[in-house]
Amino acid sequence: MNLDRRNFFRVLGLTGATLTIGTDLKANQEQDENHEPVEFYGILYDSTMCVGCQTCEFICAETHELPEPTDIPRIGEVRKTDETCRTVVNAFDSPIGEVDIKTQCMHCNEPACVSACLTQAMYKTKEGPVIWRGDKCMGCRYCMVSCPFDVPKFEYHSPNPKITKCDMCYDRLQEGQLPACVENCPAEALMFGKRSDLIKEARKRIVENPDTYYDHIFGEKEAGGTGFMYLAPVSFDKLGFKTNLQNKSYPELSKGFLYSVPSIFVLWPAMLLGLHEATKNKQIKNEEENE
Amino acid sequence: MNNTATISLQEEQKTKNTWKFLLSELKPKGKFFTPFNIISLPIMLLGAVLIVIRFWKGIGSVTNLTQDVPWGLWIGFDVVTGVAFAGGAYVITFMVYILNMRKYHSIVRVTVLNGFLAYVFYAGALLLDLGRPWNVINPIIGNSFGTSSVLFLVAWHFLLYMIAQLIEFSPAIAEWLGAKRARKILSGMTLGAVIFGITLSTLHQSGLGALYLMAKEKIHPLWYSEFIPILFFVSSIFAGLSMVIFEGSISHKVFSDQISEKNHKSHNKIIHGLARICAGAMFAYLFLHIVNFVHGQHWNLINSPMGYWYLTEMLGFVVLPLVLYVYSYRKMNILLIKIASVITMLGIIINRLNITVIGFKWDAASHYYPSWMEIVVTLAVIFTEIWIFRWIINRMPVLRESPAWAKSQSS
Repeated sequence: MNLDRRNFFRVLGLTGATLTIGTDLKANQEQDENHEPVEFYGILYDSTMCVGCQTCEFICAETHELPEPTDIPRIGEVRKTDETCRTVVNAFDSPIGEVDIKTQCMHCNEPACVSACLTQAMYKTKEGPVIWRGDKCMGCRYCMVSCPFDVPKFEYHSPNPKITKCDMCYDRLQEGQLPACVENCPAEALMFGKRSDLIKEARKRIVENPDTYYDHIFGEKEAGGTGFMYLAPVSFDKLGFKTNLQNKSYPELSKGFLYSVPSIFVLWPAMLLGLHEATKNKQIKNEEENE
Repeated sequence: MNNTATISLQEEQKTKNTWKFLLSELKPKGKFFTPFNIISLPIMLLGAVLIVIRFWKGIGSVTNLTQDVPWGLWIGFDVVTGVAFAGGAYVITFMVYILNMRKYHSIVRVTVLNGFLAYVFYAGALLLDLGRPWNVINPIIGNSFGTSSVLFLVAWHFLLYMIAQLIEFSPAIAEWLGAKRARKILSGMTLGAVIFGITLSTLHQSGLGALYLMAKEKIHPLWYSEFIPILFFVSSIFAGLSMVIFEGSISHKVFSDQISEKNHKSHNKIIHGLARICAGAMFAYLFLHIVNFVHGQHWNLINSPMGYWYLTEMLGFVVLPLVLYVYSYRKMNILLIKIASVITMLGIIINRLNITVIGFKWDAASHYYPSWMEIVVTLAVIFTEIWIFRWIINRMPVLRESPAWAKSQSS
C-alpha cells in the first residue's frame, strides 16, 4: 500500500481544511452580494433633449484645463476626442432630422482598459468612474489597443506623456459635486445617478413616450454594461455607434487564456521532467551505438 | 599568519589578472573595415540620434503612430515577430535536454545565445516604445500588480526567461573566464533552467497572441480568432527553427574558423533533421488555420483585397514552404531547406504584421505606415544585437569546442 495511515490522515485533514475554507470564502462572497451590492454611478444621456450647444465641451475643457474647442458639430463630419479634448458632440442626419450625440469614455462595468493595464494605472473606482493614475502608468498603450470604444488617448508629442480620457470628474464627485458636463447642461440632457436608477428612468421615458424614443438603452448590455448610457430617437447604427460590439464584457475574451496559465505552470514542468527521465535510456543507447 | 598573507596576495594577483583579461577582451578582434561594419555603423549611429530625439520630444516625433493605431512597427515587428524568431532556443533545448536528442547538442549554445540576445534587445526595443519607461519597475517590484493583464504575464515571462537563458548559457561564460568551480555549479542548473524556460516560453509565445484577444473588432476577421494564442505558439516552433537553420548557415560561413571539422560535417545532418520538425509543426499550423477558417465561416471575406492577401499568406508562405520542407527533406536537398527556411521566416513576418499592423484597424480611414525613422531604429537594434553576438562568438566557446578541462568536468 502506498497510502499508509499517517498519509491517509494528512490527506483527509488537507481535504477537510480545503473544503471548510472553500465554503467560508464562498459564504463571505454571497453575504457581500446580499448586503452590499456593488452599485456604480453613471450618466444617462438623452440625445432627444440635446441641442448640440457644446456647453459640455467648453465646461469640460475649462474644468480639466484643456484648450477650448474651435470647431462645431456639422452633419457628415465626425469629430473625435483626442489628447486635448475629452468629449465631443457630433451631429447626424436621421429620418426625424438632426440628432446630436455626445462622445466620451463609457466607464464600462468591466473595462477592457483596466484588465489590460499591467500596473493598475487604469482603475475602476468603487463609485464607477474609470480613472487613470499617472504615478503607475508606464505608457505601454495596451489600454488603447484593448478599448472597444477607442477612448484612451496618448500625448505622442510629450517627453512625459499622459493617457487622457474622461474621468467622470472623479475629483468633483469626491467633493460631492456633479460631473461638470452634467451640472452645466442647459438642456438637461445629462443625468447623473446610480446606474440601476438610471436604467429605470430610461425605461420609464421609453414607455411614456414610445414615439420619441427608439426602444433601446445603449450601454445597458453593450460590452458587459457601461456607466455612460444613451437614449436616442432612432436606431443607434444611424448615429455612428459601433453595432458589432459584444454584450459580454471584453475582459472575458482573454479570461480563458489567463485561466490556463496556472495549470500549464503545474503540468508542464512535471511532464517535461517525466519526458526527460523516459528518454534517458535512449541517450545511453545512442552513445553506445556511436562508440 | 604568513600563510594567509600569501594567499591574499595571490588572490589580489588573480583579480588583477582577471581585470587585465577582461580589458584585453574588450578590444575588437579582426579586421575593422568589413562591408558589414561599414553599412551597420552609420545606421547604428543614426538610430542612437533618433532615440535621443524620441526621449526628448516624445514618441510622436519619430514614429507615425496615431490615436487609432497605438502599436506599430516597434511592437509588431521588433517584439512580436522577434520573439517568435527567438523561439528556436526553447525548441532546441527541449529536443536536446528533455528528449535527449544528442545529435543537436552542438547547436544548443549558439541557439540559446541568439535567443538570449534577441530577448534582451527586443525587451530593450519595448522600452523605447513605452511612453513613461521610468514606471517600468511598477509591475516588477510589486507596488502595482495588474495580474488580470496578459501584458503583465508577458512582461514577467520575458524577464524570467532572460534569466533562465542566461543560466543555460552561463557555462560558456565560465569557460571563457576559466572559472572551473562556477562552471560546475552552473552546469548543474541547466536542466532546471531548461524546464523552467520551456514552460515560460509556451506561455509567453502564446501570450503575445493573447494580447490581441480583446481587440476583437479591430483586427480583420480573417486573422482574429480565439485560437490566436495557440496559432502563435505552434508557429513559434517552426519560426524559431527556421531562424536556427538560417542563422546556422550564415554562422557556418562567417565563423568557419571557429567550428571543428566534426561539427562542420554534422551541420547538414542537423539542418536535415530540423526540416522534418519544421514540416510537422507547419502542418499542424496549417490544419489549425483551415479548421479556424471553416469554423469562422469566412468564405464571404475571401473575395476582397484582404481576402486575397490572406490567401497569399496561406498559400505562398505556409503551404509553399511546407511543401518545400517535405520535398527537400525527402531529397536531402540542403539548399532547398535553406530556401524554405527563408520563405517561412518571411511568412512569419507577414503573419505577425497582419495581426499587429496591417489587419489592425484595416477599415479605418487613414492607415498606419511606419516612418523611415522607425525602420532605422529597428535596424539599429538588430545591428547592435549582431555586433554583440559577434563579440561573444569571437571570445567564448559557443561555436568552438569547450576547453579540455570543461569537457573532463562534464563527463
